[in-house]
Amino acid sequence: MNWLPPNVSSYGHQVDQLFWVIVWITGFFFFLVQGVLLAFVLIYRAKPGKKAQYLHGNTLIEVVWTAIPAVILLLLTVASQKVWAEIRYPRFAPATSLQIELLGEQFVWNVRYPGPDSQFNTEDDIATINQLHLPVGVPVLVHVKSKDVIHSFFVPELRIKQDAVPGMNNEVWIEATQAGEFEIRCAELCGLGHYRMKGFVKTEPLIDFEAWLRETKANE
Amino acid sequence: MSSTIAVNSMETTQTGIPTAKLGMWVFLASEVMFFAGLLGAYIVLRAGTHWPHPADELNVPAAAVNTFILLSSSMTMALSVAAVHRRDTGRLRMFLLATILLGCAFLGVKGYEYSVKFHHGHLPGTGLFWDVYFTLTGIHGLHVLIGALANLWVLSLTLKRDFFERKGHLVELSGLYWHFVDVVWIFLFPMVYLI
Amino acid sequence: MSSASHQKPGFIRKYIFSTDHKVIGIQFLISSLLFMVVGGLLAMLMRWQLGWPGAPLGFMEKIAPEGMPGGVMVPEYYNMLFTMHGSIMIFFGIIPLLVGAFGNYLIPLKIGAADMAFPRLNMLSFWMFVPAAAIVLFGFFVEGGAAATGWTAYPPLSGLKETSGMGQTCWVSGVILLGFSSIFGGVNYIATIINHRAPGMSFHRMPISIWALFTTAILTVLATPVLASAMILLLLDRTLGTSFFLPAGMIINGDPLTAHAGGQPILWQHLFWFYSHPAVYIMILPAMGFISDILPTFARKPIFGYKAIAYSAVGIGAVGFLVWAHHMFQTGMNPALGTTFMISTMLIAVPTGIKVFSWLATLWRGSIRITTPMLHALGFISMFVIGGLTGIFLGSAPVDMYLHDTYFVVGHLHYVLFGGSLFGAFAGITFWYPKMFGRKMNDLLGKIHFWPTFIFFNMVMFPMFVLGMGGMPRRIYDYTQYTGLVHFKDLNQLMSIGAFCLMASQLIFMVNFFWSLIRGEKAGENPWEATTLEWITPSPPPHGNFTGPVTVYCGPYEYSVPGMKKDWQLQTEKPSGNPPR
Ligand code: HEA
Ligand code: HEA
Ligand code: CUA
Ligand SMILES: [Cu+2]
Repeated sequence: MNWLPPNVSSYGHQVDQLFWVIVWITGFFFFLVQGVLLAFVLIYRAKPGKKAQYLHGNTLIEVVWTAIPAVILLLLTVASQKVWAEIRYPRFAPATSLQIELLGEQFVWNVRYPGPDSQFNTEDDIATINQLHLPVGVPVLVHVKSKDVIHSFFVPELRIKQDAVPGMNNEVWIEATQAGEFEIRCAELCGLGHYRMKGFVKTEPLIDFEAWLRETKANE
Repeated sequence: MSSTIAVNSMETTQTGIPTAKLGMWVFLASEVMFFAGLLGAYIVLRAGTHWPHPADELNVPAAAVNTFILLSSSMTMALSVAAVHRRDTGRLRMFLLATILLGCAFLGVKGYEYSVKFHHGHLPGTGLFWDVYFTLTGIHGLHVLIGALANLWVLSLTLKRDFFERKGHLVELSGLYWHFVDVVWIFLFPMVYLI
Repeated sequence: MSSASHQKPGFIRKYIFSTDHKVIGIQFLISSLLFMVVGGLLAMLMRWQLGWPGAPLGFMEKIAPEGMPGGVMVPEYYNMLFTMHGSIMIFFGIIPLLVGAFGNYLIPLKIGAADMAFPRLNMLSFWMFVPAAAIVLFGFFVEGGAAATGWTAYPPLSGLKETSGMGQTCWVSGVILLGFSSIFGGVNYIATIINHRAPGMSFHRMPISIWALFTTAILTVLATPVLASAMILLLLDRTLGTSFFLPAGMIINGDPLTAHAGGQPILWQHLFWFYSHPAVYIMILPAMGFISDILPTFARKPIFGYKAIAYSAVGIGAVGFLVWAHHMFQTGMNPALGTTFMISTMLIAVPTGIKVFSWLATLWRGSIRITTPMLHALGFISMFVIGGLTGIFLGSAPVDMYLHDTYFVVGHLHYVLFGGSLFGAFAGITFWYPKMFGRKMNDLLGKIHFWPTFIFFNMVMFPMFVLGMGGMPRRIYDYTQYTGLVHFKDLNQLMSIGAFCLMASQLIFMVNFFWSLIRGEKAGENPWEATTLEWITPSPPPHGNFTGPVTVYCGPYEYSVPGMKKDWQLQTEKPSGNPPR
C-alpha cells in the first residue's frame, strides 16, 4: 500500500517499518473499541422488563487491560528508541566525507558545499539557491541553520525533517539510496511566504554529482 | 432567599481550613509556578551564553540593604498578625503601617538602583543581562507594590467598627502574600546579584 | 432578555454582573459558543481557499478588503485565519466551554454547595475573559491585521516587529489577561471542591466529572502561570526590544538585527508546551468526566471501575506535566531528551486506555437508552479513540520525524478536540440543558443534529491523515505550489464540501438550543432519572441551589440496585438493605 510516498533514504525503511507496526497496533485497538462499542449498543439496548446488571468492577480484568497496553507500549517505545538513536544520536552517525550547509531564509533555501578543501566559507565553496544535490550511497552530514526565523527542512521521500533554528546548528545525516528528483517543503510556519518556500532535491550517482559540483562552480 | 443559603454547607468546611486561606495557598502555588517559569528561563538563558559576573555590574550593597528591609517587613507583618489575635487595634495599625513603609523603602532603593543604571545607559533591550535583571527585579517589585497596596487596603478597613469580627482574617491573608513576596526575593537576591 | 423595557430592578446585578455560579456558568456557555461560531466561520474561509485555491469569494471583499482584495485571499490573511481559528477555538471556545461553563455550573450543584467559595472572584474571572477575547479579536482591525504566527506563536517570527505586527501584540496581551481569568477560576474550583462538599460527600462519592474538573483546576493553576511568564517575556521582546527568545546574528530582509543576542527561540517552545500540553488535558479531562456521568445514566448501570477512572484522571494530569517536549522532537534539542519524552508520552496512553475500556465495560449488560446526550457520548468514545491512537504515531519520535507539522497532526488535533472535547461538550450541553433552563431540548432535533455532525466531521477530518501521510505540510496557503501535492486537490475539495455541510449542520443545534428555551418541554427535577445531587433540586435551581439541607449517603452511580423498585438511587437516599459493593 502506498500511504507514504516512496522511500529513498537509507533509514527510511526503518521509519516506515515502525510506522506500519503502529498501524497494526492502533488498528487492532481501533477495531476492538469500535466493534465492542457497536456490539454493546446493539445487544444491550433497553428492553421492557429487563434490568441492567448491578456491577461496580472487576479487579482482574482491570489489571489485564492496564497491563496489556502497558507492555505493548513499552515494546513500541523500545523499538522506536532503537531507530531514533540510530538516526539522531551523534555517536551512531556514520563517518561522512561530505558536508552541506543548508541555510533557511525567508523564503529560500541557501545550499552551500565546502568544495575540495572540505571547509565552509572558503574560496572554493559552491553555493546554490534552492538546489540541493545529493550523491546516492554516500552519507551526507547536513548543517541545518537559519538566517531569520524558524524553518524546517522536510523532504518526504528522504524521511527527514529537521527544524532550522536561528542561533543553532542542527546536524542531521542522510544517505540517499536511489536517484530521483524531489521537493524540499518548508515545514515550519515562517511568514507569509511559508507556503512557497520550496527547494529541489536531486539525488544522483556520485559521478554525476561531482560533475554537477564542478559545473556549478564553473558557472558561478 | 438568604434562608436557603443558610441551610447549606457554605459555612461549614470539610477540612477545617478556612476557605479564604486555602484559596490564598492555592493562588500562591500558582505564583510559585510563575516565578519558576521566569527563573527557569533565566537559568537556561544564562547557561547558553556569556554572562558577566553580576557583582561587577550590580549594586550589591543596595540589594543587601533591601534584603534587610524586606526581612524586617516580614517581621512587622508577623507582628500585625499577632496583633489581630490579641485584637489590639493600635498595634495592628502601627505594624501594618510599618510594613507598608518598609515596602516603600524597598521600592525606593530599587528606584535608586534603576535610576543609576538608566544613567549609565543600561535599559531593557541593551543586552540579555540587563533584560533579565530588569525583568526579574521589576516583576518582583510589582509584587511588592501589590502587597503594599493590599496592606494599605487592610489598614483602611481597620477604621471600620467591626473589623475584627468581619475582616480580621484579611490581615493573615495579606500577610501570607507578603511573606511569599519576601521569599521570592530571598531567591532572587543571590541568583541575580551574587552568583 | 434584551429589551430595556423588561428591565426589573437589579437586572444588571442578576444577569450581567451576577455572582451566582449558575448565571456565570451560563454566561461562559453562551459566550464560548458564540466564539466557536466565529472560529468555525474562519475555518470555512480557510476551507474555501484550500478547496479552490485562489478562487474569488465576492462578498468577502467588503468584509476584509485587505485580506481578500477582489475576493481573492492573500497569503497573510490565510495565516491570520488559521492562527485566529486555532486560538479562538482553544482559548475562547473549548476551554471556557468545558471549564468555565460546566465547571462553574456543575461544581457547586454536584457537591451540594450553595455557590462557589469566592463568588466575586468568579465574576471577575468571567469579566476578564470577555475583554481578553475582545483584545485578541481586535487584532483584525489594527494595522497589519491579526496575529498570523499560528496559535503556537513561535519566536523569532512572533517576537520581532519586523516579522509580525500590532495584531500579534494584541494576541499576546489578550492571552495574558485570559491566563489570569483561568487562574482565578482554578483557585475557586479547588477551594470549593476541597471545602464546600456537603456532609457525606467524601472524595470517593464525588461524581467522576468533579474528579475531572478538580484535576483540571490543578492543571490550570500550575501550568497557566508558566504560559503567563513566557507571554510576558515575549511581550517584552516585542515592545522593549529585549532578547529573551532572540539570538544573535539574525538578518531580516537583508538588514542585520544587531540589537539582539543571547536569546533562545527553543526556550519559548519549552515554556509554551509546558503549559499547552497540560492544556490539551484541560480540554479533554472535563469531557471525559461528562461522559463518565452520562454513560451510567443511560446504561442504567453503575460505572465500571469508579476508582480506576477517577485515579486515571489524576494520573493523566500528573504525567501530562512530563510530556511537553513531544511537540519538539525535530527542533534540534538533545536527542536523549527526545527519548525521555517519548517514554512519558507512550506512558500516558495507559491511563487513557483504562478509561476507554471502563466505559465500554459500563455498557456491558446495561439497559441502554439512546438519547441525544448518550449519542454524543458514544460518538465521543468512537472519535476520541481515533484521535488518541493517532497520537501514538506522533509520540514515536522517528515516525514523528516524518509526520511532524503535516496534516497528520492537524487530523490528530481535530479528532481529539472536535471528536473528543466538542462531542463531549455537546453531550454535556444536551444532558444538563434541562437543569440549566428548566426545559428539555428536542430529542429528535438533537439526533438530527448528531448524525450529520458525526458524518461530515469524519468527511472533513479523516482525509487529513491521508494528506499528512502523503507529506502535505500544515499551515500552507496554497499547496498546489508543490508539484508533489497537486494530486490532493480533489480530496481537499471533498473535505471543503464536508466542512461547509458540517458548519451548516450546526444550525440545527442553534435552532434547537434557542427554540427549546421558549418552547421546550418542561423538564422537572430529574428528567433523566439520574442519581447525583443536581437532580434533587428544581430546574433551574433557585438562588442557593438547594431547598433544604443536603446529606449524601451513597456513591454517585447507584443504578439498578437490586431490591429497589426504581432503577436509580439518589445520592441523598439511604441505602436500603443491599450495601453497595
Ligand atoms: C484534547 C486534546 C488532546 C489530547 C487528549 C491529545 C492526546 C495525545 N496526544 Fe496530542 N495534540 C493535541 C491535542 C491533544 N492530544 C494538539 C492540539 C496537538 C497539536 C498542537 C499544534 O502543534 O498545533 C497535538 C499534537 C501532538 C503531538 C505533536 C505532534 C507534532 O507536532 O509533531 C504528539 C506527539 O507525541 C501528540 C501525542 C498525543 C498522545 C500520545 C496523546 C495521548 O494522550 C492519547 C492517548 C489515547 C489513546 C492511545 C487512545 C485510547 C487508548 C487505548 C484504546 C488503549 C490501547 C492503546 C494502545 C496500546 C496504543 N499530540
Ligand atoms: C476545538 C478546536 C477546534 C475545532 C472545533 C475546529 C474546527 C474546525 N477546524 Fe480547526 N484547528 C484547530 C482547532 C479546532 N478546529 C487548531 C488548534 C488548529 C491549528 C491552528 C494552527 O495551525 O495554529 C486548527 C487548524 C485547522 C486547519 C489547518 C489549517 C492549516 O494548517 O493550514 C483546518 C483546515 O482545514 C481546520 C479546519 C477546521 C474545520 C473545517 C472545523 C469545523 O469543524 C468547524 C465547524 C464549526 C463549528 C465547530 C462551530 C460549532 C459551533 C457551535 C456548535 C455552537 C453553536 C451554538 C450556539 C451559538 C447555541 N482547522
Ligand atoms: Cu520557511 Cu516555512
Ligand atoms: Cu502534547
